[in-house]
Amino acid sequence: MNLLDGLWGVLDLLLVAVLLLLAVAAVLSSDRRRSMMLFIVFGLVLALVWARLHAPDIALAEAAIGAGLGGALLMATLRRDTHQQTDRFPQHPALVWGAGVLVMVLGTAIAWGLLSILPTVEQTWRKGAAVDAQLAFSGVSHPVTAVLLNFRAWDTLLELAVLLAAILGIRALGYVRATYVTEAAFSQLAVWLVPLLILMAGYILWAGAHSPGGAFQAGALLAGAGILLRLAGYSSAGLPTARWLVRLGLVAGTGVFLLVGLGLLGWGQGFLHYPVAYAKWWILLIEMLATVSIGMTLTLAFMGGIPQKEAA
Amino acid sequence: MILDALSVLLLLLGLFFFVSGLLGLWRFPNTFARLHALTKADNLGLGLIMTGLLFQVPDVLWAIKFVLVWLLALVASAVNAHLIAVFLHRQQERHDESA
Repeated sequence: MNLLDGLWGVLDLLLVAVLLLLAVAAVLSSDRRRSMMLFIVFGLVLALVWARLHAPDIALAEAAIGAGLGGALLMATLRRDTHQQTDRFPQHPALVWGAGVLVMVLGTAIAWGLLSILPTVEQTWRKGAAVDAQLAFSGVSHPVTAVLLNFRAWDTLLELAVLLAAILGIRALGYVRATYVTEAAFSQLAVWLVPLLILMAGYILWAGAHSPGGAFQAGALLAGAGILLRLAGYSSAGLPTARWLVRLGLVAGTGVFLLVGLGLLGWGQGFLHYPVAYAKWWILLIEMLATVSIGMTLTLAFMGGIPQKEAA
Repeated sequence: MILDALSVLLLLLGLFFFVSGLLGLWRFPNTFARLHALTKADNLGLGLIMTGLLFQVPDVLWAIKFVLVWLLALVASAVNAHLIAVFLHRQQERHDESA
């Protein structure tokens, strides 16, 4: 048993070392394409690190959003950028090192600040026990979902609002010309991978109530399906073609979340304080609409906000 | 006990293919050869590791999930390799035309 623990220890140290190396390499690489590749690999290794820390929810989100969708977005950006002949960062070594040192100082300061306030929070800073004690009143049986959608629902609402603000910003930049090459191989793949992705998104959403999963991971899977459709040559990427439907879909998550909160406030419950008997259903409603909104937002972000109609 | 031994053997075999694929990725001269090395790791290596893990599953549902993961990885790696190869092939053709 001891040998096995030692092996895990070595593996964990290796993972951390690789993570740091990838981060440094991604930042210092002068070639943009290489930087992006390294960043994607960094995301995957980071997902492994989260998994080793027994945080499967974050590992899922990191792999799907950080590495998968982030990578797709970066690649799409790179494609748009090919018209400019330059493919190098203006890098002055002093500037790079200066920025690096500055970030390190800032990071150390933030870490030190956090560490200095932690012990003041009721002798222990681990909230796991408190969450477990209250879990029965949350409407779900998975502690992470309970925190995200009930105990700290306010934070999650703001996260959704940030996503909404981001897509509104992207859309405000106006039309973009499509820059992808559609691939025959993708249309073959899309035929049976897209239904599977939608099914998986539904499962992950439902599973969020009792095990790792939830709206953000499910939304990322839907976005994966959308991007696949777009690359396979469907110009609308499976999104509704009616404008008002797209707009409705984008605001649905944030909007309904807010309305439920305000409604409960009006009902005398307090903002986002679900009555215990119905908590599960309120959470499910919010998570379902959030999934749709997140999927739409990420797919549209990949397509540049307002995709221009292609000449058929 | 015998099942454990089988698992270990298959996992080690799978690991061997992964290491070979990695070596190929490093040492092979061109992208087509590197793709060839990679697909060995992806398909056979992952397949062997999956099979090794199948002897350790608590119930049938786990087994189904494992097999599903392997199949998805197979499809993804095949499509990826195909796309990269097609892209390179076109590039070379264009290069030949201009030469």
